Amino acid sequence: MAAAGPRPAGRSRTVFWNDPRVRALFAQAVVLLLVIAGAAYLISNTIANRERLGVASGFDFLWQVAGFDISQTLIDYDRTYSYGRAFLVGLINTFYVAVVGIVFATIIGFIMGVARLSSNWLVAKVASAYVEIMRNIPLLLQLIVWYFVVLGGLPAPRESIALGEGVYLNIRGLFLPKPVFGEGTAIFLAAVVLAVIAVLVLRRWARRRFEATGQPFPVFWTSLAILVLLPLLGYVLAGMPITFEYPKLGKFRISGGLVMLPEFMAMVAGLSIYTGAFIAEIVRAGILAIQKGQWEAAYALGLSRGQTLRLIVIPQALRVIIPPQTSQYLNLTKNSSLGVAIAYPDFFNVAGTINNQTGQAVEVIAITMAVYLSLSLGISAFMNWYNARMALVER
Amino acid sequence: MAVQERASAAAAVQPPVTERITVLAWLKHNLFSTWYNSLLTILVGYLLYLVLVPVFRWAVLDATVSGDSKEACDFAGACWTLVKVRFGQYVYGLYPEDQRWRVNLALAIAAVAMVPLFLERFRHRLTYAVGLVLVYPLVGYTLFYGGWLGLPVVETPRWGGLFLTLVIAGVGITASFPLGILLALGRRSEMPVIRSLCVAFIELVRGVPLVTILFMASVMLPLFLPAGVNFDKLMRALVGVALFSAAYMAEVVRGGLQAIPKGQYEAAMALGLGYWQMTGLIVLPQALRLVIPGIVNTFIGLFKDTSLVTIIGLFDLLGMAKLIVTDPRWLGLAAESYIFAAFGFWIFCYAMSRYSQHVERRLSAGERR
Repeated sequence: MAAAGPRPAGRSRTVFWNDPRVRALFAQAVVLLLVIAGAAYLISNTIANRERLGVASGFDFLWQVAGFDISQTLIDYDRTYSYGRAFLVGLINTFYVAVVGIVFATIIGFIMGVARLSSNWLVAKVASAYVEIMRNIPLLLQLIVWYFVVLGGLPAPRESIALGEGVYLNIRGLFLPKPVFGEGTAIFLAAVVLAVIAVLVLRRWARRRFEATGQPFPVFWTSLAILVLLPLLGYVLAGMPITFEYPKLGKFRISGGLVMLPEFMAMVAGLSIYTGAFIAEIVRAGILAIQKGQWEAAYALGLSRGQTLRLIVIPQALRVIIPPQTSQYLNLTKNSSLGVAIAYPDFFNVAGTINNQTGQAVEVIAITMAVYLSLSLGISAFMNWYNARMALVER
Repeated sequence: MAVQERASAAAAVQPPVTERITVLAWLKHNLFSTWYNSLLTILVGYLLYLVLVPVFRWAVLDATVSGDSKEACDFAGACWTLVKVRFGQYVYGLYPEDQRWRVNLALAIAAVAMVPLFLERFRHRLTYAVGLVLVYPLVGYTLFYGGWLGLPVVETPRWGGLFLTLVIAGVGITASFPLGILLALGRRSEMPVIRSLCVAFIELVRGVPLVTILFMASVMLPLFLPAGVNFDKLMRALVGVALFSAAYMAEVVRGGLQAIPKGQYEAAMALGLGYWQMTGLIVLPQALRLVIPGIVNTFIGLFKDTSLVTIIGLFDLLGMAKLIVTDPRWLGLAAESYIFAAFGFWIFCYAMSRYSQHVERRLSAGERR
């Protein structure tokens, strides 16, 4: 009797437009429709505009001849190469400046972060002045100052500043001796690879022995010795295959040697000093997050100050430091696109030139966004992996 | 007898130990505590001496302020004459000189209208803020752009300098804040379509540099719109900046939302509150309070990022500094111009960061109680 009641079980009492599930479905359908309609409207406009302007579509232009020069090329490139190759050159330049910038920013940041916690009043004040000044001035302004004021004030090639044997600094850039790889370089490289493998094996062995017997092994010094001596031995045995080509000082220009463009130096200086200020704050917070009891407990166990720092404090501080550090590395990589303001030929700059020449804005922007997105995802994937290695291993 | 005893007891009472730090003791403790600290102090002090003395000589002792052309400067030191003569352009850009009072008036109204927001006694701060955000743009637009109430029109390409920086930052902040909250709520929504749209937007925008977005706004927007429809260049930059910082704001707000315990949501639902009531009355007030420092940091980032509009050809404070440097009458004074612009940006960002630290301390004091 009860089963034949007026309200079947499982049915809600409310009218259907008050049912939250129906409402949710309805809201989503409306949003989806709006988004699709908006996208369709924009796409149809774009197609119409492109037909009107007579712009080609598709990615065929990547194989056409680029016809413009790029001032810094780490792979073979001149104006007869294709647009695709030009993109690649720009991408490599972005990588190059980002990697060098990240290395310097990390070094500056760690030094300044530790210095801010120094018991020495002067050192702490200098470090905090650095942080407070640099992170409150726009990066673009800093890059422009580095490029146009600091490096733009360097002397002409004729009055180059000599910084040592074959190292010259002038308005055209920093000139360094260029290594020339002669015959037998392969033997040297093999020695380097061998040294790295030997160090890795040694570390595993030392760790096993330490866990089994408790006897420590001076891994650091032994590794250093292997890393220096083995390649050196290979170098001598191969008959010293690497020679250096020194830059020659001419009247108007310097020929030969390895050149670091002023654009590149300004980028590295600006990016690393700006990002270094943020990293310094992260490092400071990371060290402050370690409780005093950790130090005291480590001393009570008989560890030395160095061991405490290396085995107790830094591994724990890194856990606090790594996630925000990742976003700083990401920021630095994305900020390298500001190179466009000082003519550093990074990816964004090259993409802008290609867009001007071909007029295919949609394709160029799509490629640009895809590249920066994958760069970002790549860096965060790597840092997540590193973070997972460092993370607290719980029982 | 008793009197004597009391007297000797009084004599035995030592005066309280006051900490008297002499200069020498301070120096010894803070600068020369160990041999390597002493070495470090001397080294850093020497480096500072090497850097600061020439800078001080250049910027203050040998500097020129008098005169009204480059010829007044002797180039032994800084030529602040440039900044003095062109001060108006650094602040107002190319805004007509006889109309500058409008900018001053609008900014003064903004400054006065914002005072109640910082009064902790004032109860209706939220209502007031919402009202301000709705009403002020009309006031600002009328005064800045004109063409109404007998005010002559000043086209946006003439806007510039610090004034333009403040306009972009102000619009960016007021637009990105509500947008960011909506995106953060959308990202935590249980509706899959809305959640994935929000995630896609946030991650896409956060994954690319602001320059690409500004570039897209200035190059691609005309392609997206029907032929003949054209947006103001400033408008495009504003849309780009607002969308960009909304994505960052969303992540900050999401951090606050995640910190609210589930019990708060359940209690709100048990009281019969709907989604918007629960969000507006229970969740957001707590979540936003937690992330005020993060929000202010996003604002600081936005303020600095406004300088990027220079790249798409607007003349904000940095753009103006760059433009003035290229003036043939003032060639060779790049350092002075950029240092002045840097100082302008620095003042605002530093003030905001101090405010954020102040709020952080106040909030954590509340937590401790």
